[in-house]
Amino acid sequence: MKIKTILAAGAMTVAAVAAQNAQAGAVLDGVKAKGFVQCGVNTGLPGFSAANAEGKWEGIDVDVCRAIAAAVLGDANSVQYTPLTAAQRFTALQSGEIDILSRNTTATTTRDAKLGLTFVGINYYDGQGFLIPKALGVNSATELDGATVCVEPGTTTELNLADYFRAKGMSFEPVVIENINEATAAFFSGRCDVYTTDASGLASIRTTMAENPDDYVILPEIISKEPLGPVVAQGDEQWADISRWALTAMVEAEEFGVTMANVDDMKANSTNPGIQRLLGVSPGMGEALGLDEEWAYRIVKNVGNYGESYEKNVTAKLGLERGLNALWTDGGLQYAWPVR
Amino acid sequence: MSENAKLPPLPTGTFSERAVAWSKKNLFDGWFNTLLTLGALAFILWLVPPLFNWAVVNATLTPTIEGCAEVTGACWGFVNANLRLILFGTYPYEEQWRPVLAMIVLIAIICGSLGAVKYPGLRKWIIPMWVVGVPVIGVLMWGGVLGLTYVQNSYWGGLPLTLILSSIGVIFAFPLGLLLALGRQSNMPAIKTVSVVYIEVIRGVPLITVLFMASVMFPLFLPTGVTIDKLLRAQIGIILFTAAYLAEVFRGGLQAVPRGQFEAGDSLALSYWQSMRLIILPQALRLVIPPTVNSFISMFKDTTLVVIIGLFDFLGTVKLALRSDPAWTKYYVEGYAFAAAIFFLICFSMAKYSAYLEKELRKGERR
Repeated sequence: MKIKTILAAGAMTVAAVAAQNAQAGAVLDGVKAKGFVQCGVNTGLPGFSAANAEGKWEGIDVDVCRAIAAAVLGDANSVQYTPLTAAQRFTALQSGEIDILSRNTTATTTRDAKLGLTFVGINYYDGQGFLIPKALGVNSATELDGATVCVEPGTTTELNLADYFRAKGMSFEPVVIENINEATAAFFSGRCDVYTTDASGLASIRTTMAENPDDYVILPEIISKEPLGPVVAQGDEQWADISRWALTAMVEAEEFGVTMANVDDMKANSTNPGIQRLLGVSPGMGEALGLDEEWAYRIVKNVGNYGESYEKNVTAKLGLERGLNALWTDGGLQYAWPVR
Repeated sequence: MSENAKLPPLPTGTFSERAVAWSKKNLFDGWFNTLLTLGALAFILWLVPPLFNWAVVNATLTPTIEGCAEVTGACWGFVNANLRLILFGTYPYEEQWRPVLAMIVLIAIICGSLGAVKYPGLRKWIIPMWVVGVPVIGVLMWGGVLGLTYVQNSYWGGLPLTLILSSIGVIFAFPLGLLLALGRQSNMPAIKTVSVVYIEVIRGVPLITVLFMASVMFPLFLPTGVTIDKLLRAQIGIILFTAAYLAEVFRGGLQAVPRGQFEAGDSLALSYWQSMRLIILPQALRLVIPPTVNSFISMFKDTTLVVIIGLFDFLGTVKLALRSDPAWTKYYVEGYAFAAAIFFLICFSMAKYSAYLEKELRKGERR
């Protein structure tokens, strides 16, 4: 607790200093001079950011950085990755070690307001859920009174779990296990009735660790909100704008049905004014951001739209459907601010 | 020659008679030892066949998830498929010959330095080897010159990172530890106090705290925009930590050297440094070979802690590989077993070398 207090105090001091020192455009100029975007990612979370067998970073969080690099530098591969632990991530951003943090970070008030950070959007809506064996015969989390629950310690997961059961007036028996492999092994060997973590994690554990995935179900209740998104340091509004609109352009492209495959055709032939604005046929957007007019075209061309990135990383790796992350037109929450 | 009288008579009889006699004496000597022997035998029979079946008979090397799903034993295919990720981490795939070459250079220098005990001719080359070798390794790993592409050290990982962190750690921690040990023995109050405070403070905190401070707290004290390399911070943390432990090991050695040896140096009118170099340290260091190597082994293993600050040492890259594809995640036992085997190999070699070194350096004491 004490270390956390000191850290928070230190972080706030730095944030205050950083806010004074930073000038609009400083990060963009730095990135252009370096020739790459320094991107903070998770040290290994399949589907979000993980190294493949060749040691290359892949994932939906990685694609955000690739999109920004494509927009700013013209090449989606002009990214250098810094793997960061949960404890290090904000310091790395505040000290200027990285230009953007794209590491499944939950947007909250204190982080946004107190730590000198700016969340530039939400690229994944997650939330905590429950995984149970079908044989338990339970259909809703409200029937879990008295259950033993496997949970990893030291995370908001543990707190959310306690809050939820207290709010519902139910009791539970926590089985706290530090290591995710051991925790899941304990669950599948029947040591606890319930395993709880973020829904994305539950789905991947169910598909990859269970002997027979059909024997397990994820309960419909989602007990916490975890909007995950990329973050930049406060004080450089231009850089925040570029990051925000790079992410937005991916979602907007999906809304318009612009894909990696048809982007050239769309650019040449589309008469839709929205698409023309997005792809720079009718100029103005790039100039507003301090970029050239093909910024969004390059994002779609090199990285793909949001749906393509999701399919390639989250669905293919974790077997997760779009769910909350479907477009708003399909009943999800992904709703792009108009590029105009 | 009273000792010879106690020697047992030379064994006689056929091989089977001798075997029976040997086992009676060594395995079934009284009811307690018989019980232990039978217990150990039962344990081996219980443990080894299933382990062997798992690790060899029913195992597969096929580097695909499908291949692993077909077998009941170990899925060495996980290690096979991800070998380069495990060995080199996220180092750019096409450039991985560079860490290979850097490791060869590093191992050659280490062998050259260690071999100097056996071949005294190598001794004068030890310092030049390191002075040339370390920059060569740096150039190979970082690049940016001679047409090599620049590779940030956030991409370094796996075995090269583990070897670099621990060998650079040893090279710098050793002299620093020695100075601290001498400082603690010093008559000058300022030097003595600084040494004592340093040693006690560092020994009083876990390595994980030192690394955490270096990685998370330290950057907060620097002005915005000034960053000190993450790997360098971790390396310095490891050096400072190991030096404090080595200092106490060396102090033990210094205290074991008889007072008369110090006085002998004084009476020969040798300066402090001369008497240390020529008389005291050779004796003191020889005495503390086992605990020194102990410190090195524990430091080697402690380098795995850098995973908490987002660096991928050899154990970290195994974890990275486990997460490269969720389908591999369930084969963590195989991954960790492979890492354990490599760590054992290296630590066991260090232990064997230390035993050899002790024997070599004790030659002068034999009669």
